[in-house]
Amino acid sequence: MLRGEQGRAVQEALQLQQEVGKFFGAKRFVPVSNVHMMGDIEVMGDAGKSFIERAAESGAKCRQPTTTNARCIDFAHVEHLKQDKNEARKEQELIACLRRMDVITADTCINYQTLYQPHLGEHVAWGDTGTVIYANSVFGARSNFEAGPAALAAGLTGRVPEYGFHLDEHRHGTFQVNLKADLNDLADWGAIGKIVGSGHQDYYAVPVFTGIKRRPTADELKQLGAALASYGSMGMFHMVGVTPEAPTLKAAFGGRKPKEVMTVTNRDLEKVYAGYDKQNNPLNLVVFSGPQQSLFEMKTLAALLKGRKVAKGSQLFITTSNGVKSAAKELGYLQDIEESGAVVLEGVCFYILQNLPQMRLREGWSNLVTNSAKLANIIGAHKFNTILRRTGECIDIACTGTDVR
Amino acid sequence: MSKPAKTIRVNRAFGSIVEGEALVSTEGFSPRYDLDRWSGLISRPGHALEGHNIKDKILITPSAKGGIAAGWAFYDIQHKGIAPKAFVFGVTNPVMVQGAVFAGITITEGWSADPYQLIRTGDIVRINPEKRTMTLVRRGSR
Repeated sequence: MLRGEQGRAVQEALQLQQEVGKFFGAKRFVPVSNVHMMGDIEVMGDAGKSFIERAAESGAKCRQPTTTNARCIDFAHVEHLKQDKNEARKEQELIACLRRMDVITADTCINYQTLYQPHLGEHVAWGDTGTVIYANSVFGARSNFEAGPAALAAGLTGRVPEYGFHLDEHRHGTFQVNLKADLNDLADWGAIGKIVGSGHQDYYAVPVFTGIKRRPTADELKQLGAALASYGSMGMFHMVGVTPEAPTLKAAFGGRKPKEVMTVTNRDLEKVYAGYDKQNNPLNLVVFSGPQQSLFEMKTLAALLKGRKVAKGSQLFITTSNGVKSAAKELGYLQDIEESGAVVLEGVCFYILQNLPQMRLREGWSNLVTNSAKLANIIGAHKFNTILRRTGECIDIACTGTDVR
Repeated sequence: MSKPAKTIRVNRAFGSIVEGEALVSTEGFSPRYDLDRWSGLISRPGHALEGHNIKDKILITPSAKGGIAAGWAFYDIQHKGIAPKAFVFGVTNPVMVQGAVFAGITITEGWSADPYQLIRTGDIVRINPEKRTMTLVRRGSR
């Protein structure tokens, strides 16, 4: 590969991986069985697109199944959202190039719920931090955060340098979090991620959760992981008795002592919710996104919205994958949701929507209400004032324009 | 009192030798959350460096924040001509390293001594990835 007999793209991919491996002191490469990459026109820009076009032109193909993360445009909504048609065209071209390289453009950030569930010890190369923390923590698979170019490189070479979470030494817990809070809503799990992640911004900080009162669902673990990764840049957590590498507290810490023990109570959660302020601006935008909604979340939203209408002047957006949306349509959830006036976007994530800053100004959005702590964190870059609320509260705000808190 | 050392060792490094003006942040950095990727200005309201431009600077920051999208963002800002000459992180994550290597921007992680005691914004510093050093060349005029 390095000599270039498999083409320039493969050669450059391996060179990139070698340099990254050298930086982290990797001793060897490990084969990966699955790749998940972020690559859409909003995050890549024209330079990234040119890179992909050159790679596709050279005939390079992914040698392991490689899927794509959420993109920035739902082509059915370009007009409605007044997105840039030129950028939509570029996104189409980009998708065509990726397909030529045998990339499966599934456009979802919940691949771990809908596409591929790696097993204990399986090496993968995933991007979107929420997917990585889920793979490491819940499946016991092994992945680092793989940025778009790095994930594509892994797809082309079928391997990754062995450092970080591919190695046992980084997978043990470093501190303990005793959960005394009642965790009844998805937003509560995200709030835990905010509390724990904000205080420990370190890729190699691995929290070990104890005191779980009941087994969390996949969607709850998804919110927790996405928030830990977003606020703390973390790539792994353990939950004693729940996640595969934490049968016991001792096993989770690999025999080491926790550097710190913290406790999270209901009061801490209430403090999170009380920490948001609508700043005297209207509550006219509610979003369920980041990560995309699972079919179970769609069912919940359908039940909450059935027979209700989104308030006049307000907008409610829900993002999910093509697969989940299709199933929701078959099951009638989509109709209940859409009849309320909510807009369901497929294949996208709200925070990377093309033209979002312009959309915000045009629509007069200042506040963004969501049950996703991750979204509440990352969308600040687009100058939204965010407000985290529980799922039912979000729906009430969407339908009334007021917050009862 | 002994004179503080003018050279700090970094733990890990990639890239070519660069020299330039330091931009020192007490806060972590994300090219997605904090940066206007069209001008190079730190745009997130309330960021320690809000209003500063990273173009051609040596950005010294304690930590990496956020997500995967940073990997493409470095390549994007490099091609727009608004990239810094180097990223000097206290702790970073693989995305920043993968992104910097892909874009060909010098990057380092970890330090032997607290650079905040030695280097101020505006000072001229040199990063030598091969020797894994960060050196104060001269004080800035400010």
